[in-house]
Amino acid sequence: MTATIEKPKADRGALAEMVAQLASGDIRVVDLTNILSSDFPVIVLPSEFGQCEPFRMETVSRYDGNGPAWYWNNISMNEHTGTHFDAPAHWITGRDIANGTVDAIPPEDFIHPAIVIDISDEAAADEDFIVTRAFLEDWEAKNGRIEPRHWIALRSNWSRRVGTLSYLNLKDDGAHSPGPDADAMRFLVNERDCVGLAVETVGTDAGQASLFDEPLPAHSILHGAGRYGLQCLTNLDQLPIRGSVIVASPLKIKGGSGSPLRVIALVPAAAD
Amino acid sequence: MNARPPKETRDPVLRKKARHLPPGLRSRSMHAMSARAAQGRFALQVCADCGTATYPPREACPQCWGTLDWQDQPNGAQVLCETTVRVSTDLYFRDHLPWKMGKVALDAGPVALVHLHRSLRPDDRAVIRCMLDRGGNAALFALPLHTSGDIDMTDPQLREFVVPIKGKTVLVSDARSAIGLAVVKAMHDAGAALVVAGMAPPDRPLGDGAQILSLDGVQQMPLDISDQTSVSEALSKVGGPLDIVINTARHVRSGGVSAHGNLVEQRRAFDISAMGLSRLAQAAGPMLAGRSHGAFVDLISSDALSGSASHAGFAAAEAARLALLQSFRHEMRGAGVRVMSVFTGPVEDEHFQSVPPPKVAPRRIAGAIVDALTQGREQTCVGDIAQDAMDRWLEDPALYAREKNL
Repeated sequence: MTATIEKPKADRGALAEMVAQLASGDIRVVDLTNILSSDFPVIVLPSEFGQCEPFRMETVSRYDGNGPAWYWNNISMNEHTGTHFDAPAHWITGRDIANGTVDAIPPEDFIHPAIVIDISDEAAADEDFIVTRAFLEDWEAKNGRIEPRHWIALRSNWSRRVGTLSYLNLKDDGAHSPGPDADAMRFLVNERDCVGLAVETVGTDAGQASLFDEPLPAHSILHGAGRYGLQCLTNLDQLPIRGSVIVASPLKIKGGSGSPLRVIALVPAAAD
Repeated sequence: MNARPPKETRDPVLRKKARHLPPGLRSRSMHAMSARAAQGRFALQVCADCGTATYPPREACPQCWGTLDWQDQPNGAQVLCETTVRVSTDLYFRDHLPWKMGKVALDAGPVALVHLHRSLRPDDRAVIRCMLDRGGNAALFALPLHTSGDIDMTDPQLREFVVPIKGKTVLVSDARSAIGLAVVKAMHDAGAALVVAGMAPPDRPLGDGAQILSLDGVQQMPLDISDQTSVSEALSKVGGPLDIVINTARHVRSGGVSAHGNLVEQRRAFDISAMGLSRLAQAAGPMLAGRSHGAFVDLISSDALSGSASHAGFAAAEAARLALLQSFRHEMRGAGVRVMSVFTGPVEDEHFQSVPPPKVAPRRIAGAIVDALTQGREQTCVGDIAQDAMDRWLEDPALYAREKNL
């Protein structure tokens, strides 16, 4: 998608240009969302903490005595169940951020371009793979400098583990999944001005991140700087390194810390 | 290890056998006897004035019109005579003919007409059990004196009063817990043909349970009792008919109501104990109803009787569970399915670490469940705490609730 990244080339308006390209297939829409179902795993915290409620659905009526012509369900879940958005207020570091809850986030922030960093080989080789500043600098040396105001999407291929024990990957000593360390997060937030971190795993932080010298750096640093998190994404392997736009608008929950949501990416077909 | 008993089979083309219940109308006094039989008690009315024990139950002493009180009685008897019923117009008994009955002289005094175990003959000494028939009403059953400990469970008449486990398919709702695991093992050891072990999320390696859950005749099944979809899916995947459901799921957390109350945990306790029972009962009830010896066993905390200041949410959820179970029992009675409650106090598991002994070992709970089934006992208390709670609650509910929460 070129409209929000570069100047539109045609003389029709940028939005009309985008719609035309969507219609023509020049812009593809990729669904980055996992199906919200009762068996989709939720994050498991150590047992002394409160736990995340999974998705639940109970049928109110299905063309039956409780509603002969209509079908609908009552649903319940945590704000951080399934593919979901983390607002700054989710973390203690972000508690004083202005407009830090999902109902107050400016809607402009729901649409941002993405940079996709492929860590799938590293994550396959080491399920506790840590994205470091050195790794990111090395990545920039090969792929160019990370532009400001982008989602940083970590493509780990972790979504391919959905439906297996290895997605949460709980072992005797806790969860094992890849994520960034504190220096990498400071680099992305302070020096590259990212919008947020978008991941396939159940949390923006690595499975073992509570044991880091600076624990849970993604949550702590992202939200402390008013940035966002997107978790439990899928299909990141369909996005180019640059050029896609992520549309992620959380539910407008009063004072909410996050929300399940449908995340889509607009991808220029030429990038395929 | 012997080979697993084969699953029961039948000709698939045969018309399903209709199941009937014994005649159900009883007097109020007889219901009082049934309520005691449900607890495994053999109690008769004794006259407060002349001291005579009477049977069958009555409104007043047949000797002196005195007031009758229920008292537990010695369970010995002498068989006086026997007869075999070969013809009946009653649909239930027609299904089960021939039916052996006899007159016995109860050690407690009265002479009673009782159901007779097939091995008993006139002049034999017998043990009298007050059991519930398929319709949930008390009946006296005479069993041989057994020194070896094992009664002949193949007596077809006796099988109508108990829930055989051998060859049956059993579902255990929460096999990840210490209690659930012990129950899976106990059902396997008791000869169940298939034990379906419900595995609640999150998925994780099995640890200590791996050995039990990989036993021959044990099948792991994803089952989250807090999720309607999961419960329906799990039951739809049970291969063949389902005979026995054992609901061991619970959510034990300490905390009060206004002080140290945690609404999330309280809600979860209700979701598992109370709503979980409803979900499981809705899905499993119709499956059990078609079976010859269907049973639903529910593990309940004795805190359900009184509430608990230290575990307020848990106790409230268990009380709701008990209330639902009473309704479920009534619904299932019409289908001849036994709904059994096993009460326990604190358990020797991870959830009661901060509660001092006495606590009940999970294996003992499992043993009590096997015992309840094989004795056909509707209500069981396992361990001193639960038994004491039940006794005190039966004696004076208001006093017990007060003392329990001082």
